Amino acid sequence: MGFKVEVDYDKCESNAVCMAIAPEIFEVRDDDFLYVLNDTPDDSERPRVQEAVDRCPKQAISIAEL
Amino acid sequence: MAGVRAAQAMRRAGFDGVITVVGDETHTPYDRPPLSKAFLVADDPSTAVRPVVPDLDSLGLEWRRGRSAVSLDAATLAVTLDDGEVLAADGVVLACGATARRLPGTEDLAGVHVLRTLDDAIGLRADLDASPRRVVVIGAGFIGAEVAASCRTRGLDVTVVEALSLPLGRVLPPDLGRWCADLHRAHGTELRLGVGVDGLDADGSGRVHAVRLADGTVIAADVVVVGIGVIPNTQWLDGSGLTIDNGVVCDATTLAAPGIVAAGDVARWRNPLFGESMRLEHWENAVDMGVHAGTRLLAADGDAEEFAPVPWFWSDQYDRKIQLAGRCDAGDSVELIEGTFDDARFVALIGRAERLKGVFGVNRPAVVNRWRQHIADGISWDDALQLSSG
Repeated sequence: MGFKVEVDYDKCESNAVCMAIAPEIFEVRDDDFLYVLNDTPDDSERPRVQEAVDRCPKQAISIAEL
Repeated sequence: MAGVRAAQAMRRAGFDGVITVVGDETHTPYDRPPLSKAFLVADDPSTAVRPVVPDLDSLGLEWRRGRSAVSLDAATLAVTLDDGEVLAADGVVLACGATARRLPGTEDLAGVHVLRTLDDAIGLRADLDASPRRVVVIGAGFIGAEVAASCRTRGLDVTVVEALSLPLGRVLPPDLGRWCADLHRAHGTELRLGVGVDGLDADGSGRVHAVRLADGTVIAADVVVVGIGVIPNTQWLDGSGLTIDNGVVCDATTLAAPGIVAAGDVARWRNPLFGESMRLEHWENAVDMGVHAGTRLLAADGDAEEFAPVPWFWSDQYDRKIQLAGRCDAGDSVELIEGTFDDARFVALIGRAERLKGVFGVNRPAVVNRWRQHIADGISWDDALQLSSG
């Protein structure tokens, strides 16, 4: 079973914590917005995405099971 | 926060025994950062309140809400509560936080606030909703700065009084403290630096109406917010057998005694990355140290890992997102690597002698987080400067 990375952009404040944890998946660009580079990463990335979910100061990231 | 994160970590690690959470607040555990920001300015403050973790209800926790622990026996791991109940445990997580410091003698004055809990925020919000003529914030630390910014956003007149000559004078080099002061002034917040508070004056009804400064100035104020730091909640641990020194003293793995870990604002430990004893009051430290402590409690002593984070926090003030990663003090050098202090966004490195110690960024979160990794890697100040110019 795979999963999908979901971001609530109304909550996201671009603290870039997620980017530090998983830069291949999350990128905060110079425009101060977060871009999800790969919203259906391999299952092996799940622990890192979970860490990004847990450490987001705004609870803006979630994992949806596919 | 740290306690729930510890419990969450233990559940995820497969621990299926009983976890009892004791806390003196009656609210569902909530996230604190919005209390000084969105909660004070949002049209509907309830939109700024969220549970401390999204999966709180699925963690299978037993609650003792509105109750406090009054003693711990470190030898037997027995915790006694204020109503006499004794909880026997195989492990104890101390995540009892800290209490906001108040000005002595002002506890009963209406209009005088500290900001730590949701109830504090509800009380302050009600006073701000009553359109005060002026708010005085005592202490230009992060709480004071955020409250001042929130008041300005609401169009209120604000004066910040700070005993030191610059905001955050103990933790930031002077160039950065000056920038913080300028940010306040640029947004119409009045600053009174380098002057202490002599006392508060009340009207006949017991409500504050003025702040008296040490230089004789009197500032009329309907609302006073006191942001002069916190005291770790360790008093109840006197006689427990634990070492207390401005916090619960733990080893580098967060263990305070066999079967007892500590995390968050209350915990002091030696951070091996900096070779320094620390007690951190940041949101992220409560998260990370809570997880670490929960994991540590389940680990065999031989498998325990050291807790070695690069401290990090953010502070939203006016239209700026300020982030500081690392550990620095007033005597460190500062080097701008992006922008200038006059720009809406800039990044400065902070270091001393051989070591990159910190990075301070304004509206540059991605850059701060990149440099945070360099701090974790322990790169030298010279290498940092070279890296920034290349």
